[in-house]
Amino acid sequence: MFLAHINSLQASIFSSLAILSLLLTFVMLGSHWLKNYVYAFAAQSWLIAALSASVGYFSGYRELYAIAVLTALFRGLVLPWLLMRIVSRLNVKREIHSVLQSSSSLVIGACVVMFAFVIANHMSRQQQGAAHVVILALTIMLSMKFLGFLMLSVRDEAVSQILALLVLENGIFLGSQILVPGMPLLIEIVILFDLLIVVACFGMLVRFLVVHAGTTSSRELNRLVG
Amino acid sequence: MGRQLLSILLLAPLAAILVSLASRRARIAEYATVAAAIIDLAVSIPLLLRTLSGSLIFAHGYVLLDAFGVWVILCVSIVYALSSIYAVGYMRLLNEEERLPTFYALFSGFALTMLLACVMNNAGVFWIAIELTTLVSTFLVGFEREAESTEAAWKYIVVVSGGISLALLGTVLFYWGSSFVLGPSYAMTWAALRQSAPQVYPPLLLVSFLLVLVGYGTKAGLAPMHTWLPDAHSESPAPVSAMLSGALLNASMLGIARFLGVVTGTSVSRFAHAAVVGFGIFSFVLAILFIVRQTGIKRLMAYSSVEHIGVQALGLGFGGPLGMAGALYHMLNHSLNKSLMFYGAGNAMRAYRSKEIKSIRHVLKVFPVSGILWLLGAVGIAGAPPFALFLSEFTVLRAGIGGSYRWVVIVFVIFLIIVFIGFLSHFRAMYFDEAPEGEIVPLPFTAWRTLPMWLAFLPLLVLGLWWPHGLWNIFHQVFLSVMGGGQ
Repeated sequence: MFLAHINSLQASIFSSLAILSLLLTFVMLGSHWLKNYVYAFAAQSWLIAALSASVGYFSGYRELYAIAVLTALFRGLVLPWLLMRIVSRLNVKREIHSVLQSSSSLVIGACVVMFAFVIANHMSRQQQGAAHVVILALTIMLSMKFLGFLMLSVRDEAVSQILALLVLENGIFLGSQILVPGMPLLIEIVILFDLLIVVACFGMLVRFLVVHAGTTSSRELNRLVG
Repeated sequence: MGRQLLSILLLAPLAAILVSLASRRARIAEYATVAAAIIDLAVSIPLLLRTLSGSLIFAHGYVLLDAFGVWVILCVSIVYALSSIYAVGYMRLLNEEERLPTFYALFSGFALTMLLACVMNNAGVFWIAIELTTLVSTFLVGFEREAESTEAAWKYIVVVSGGISLALLGTVLFYWGSSFVLGPSYAMTWAALRQSAPQVYPPLLLVSFLLVLVGYGTKAGLAPMHTWLPDAHSESPAPVSAMLSGALLNASMLGIARFLGVVTGTSVSRFAHAAVVGFGIFSFVLAILFIVRQTGIKRLMAYSSVEHIGVQALGLGFGGPLGMAGALYHMLNHSLNKSLMFYGAGNAMRAYRSKEIKSIRHVLKVFPVSGILWLLGAVGIAGAPPFALFLSEFTVLRAGIGGSYRWVVIVFVIFLIIVFIGFLSHFRAMYFDEAPEGEIVPLPFTAWRTLPMWLAFLPLLVLGLWWPHGLWNIFHQVFLSVMGGGQ
């Protein structure tokens, strides 16, 4: 277990990258502009790529370099580009009808992070040295999960919902780089590839929504109830 | 021999996809799909017999053929075969000739991803296969391209992708927990997870299991994560509804059962089983409340799926050889019975040009033969003898009554009676109530739409009267291999 022999420099690099990613999630949560979401998502993906590379460097799992390159390429460039195409095609610049104000969603987001910390604290039993990195990784993994679901439930625009789903996945990816760097390469590559297909499908579906349902706001998708 | 059979099983739908896409001719695509589906059904039975003499592992440990996986494969191929026959008759009614090849390619692709999920030996790759089923079936749900079906497709993909990402998190946490035992890098096979689970820190194991349960539970349609299900099942074309209900839900239950097997025998086993029972009974009760007050005919069938997936979860959660047998038998019977119900609903929807129960009246005048099959199917799905679902529900009941879930069993029995009355009262109205004004023109008769109803109905009746002894052996073997014989 490489986390058991981690030194303070490595710990602080991992922690700061992870915390910065969490902050970017809050940027997405607080902003109304769809373009800002995409930029924040791209930046977050680059941070995760940097994290993969640094874990690869310190732990000796050389295949993490490949993951880092693929993450930067797919999540950092291709997905934001696809999303930007959807945004520009839709002609929607900002979320208008959000259920919650930005400020209140930030406050709820903060509470959610605390809740994630409590769960993370119960789940790990590491030795002293690595404990805070492990708990931090778990906390950020869970809180990005919760924040993603929060965004999914308070945002209406189709693009925001796609981004919220991507945040859910980013959280898992980030946590798994720290907790299980030895996870087989094949699975990680396939998951990355899978993500690409997901976004392509969402893109097609958004087009159908515009043509057949006449709206991309989930608030107006209310024909099917009961 | 197992390897060859498996190759045929997977290559047949693949060939159907390629033929459909290459020919771009609706008739060729139809026949290719039917042929592939019948080949799959024919192959899955010897495959099941082959796995009884031991599990097989291929492809560097990524592919596992065991009795459980092949049992689900059998259920999937039955529904695939029946639905592709029905689709030939049904899809021609939609006047979408030029898009039919795409439909059949997606249809076989959907079956292929489900079959793949059943043989995956690695929890991570299993997740990917389940995710692929969502992506392919989204476009089948939205195939009719109306406002409702597009809305249903959107809700389906958003809710299920969100839910399934929880399962990914749970899978990663399972990997992390076992990495303390097996070392930082190992193949995440079901066997490896089960072998290491007793030494994993229990709170971590429990959280991982609950995440996986909620994740695959979303896909399986367990309440309260079932919200996508009534929309997707009611808005997709009838053969797709049958595939979603009779095949896809089973493939997701397979994931839940495998992970339940991983934690069975550890210190969190009791709690994990209780959680599955909890979701099961909640789905059962909630679905029945919606069934009683339902107004849409296909939504009625969709909620009935939530109900029956709840029964399967109850069987798994009660545990023991009896619970496992009940859940697996229920899986097969529900696949048959729900296909029959969706085919009948599809016919009725097309003839009456409405999705509302209140505009469907005097069914027997419009469908003299298939109407009787549909009515008998409704009696069966409400859980009455002599049909097969009665036997499997009764087995689940027996599994629960001896254990510590006495109160759950009482609620189960009460709501079984309610659903019998509630479900059949809709059918009474559709068959015997006064008809509104206006003449209904019956659909032109075609064997494509009636034959699959017979093919679903006859086994239901046979399996309801006679539970073949060989099935007990299969169920018991699944119990031993998946749950390790533990409670």
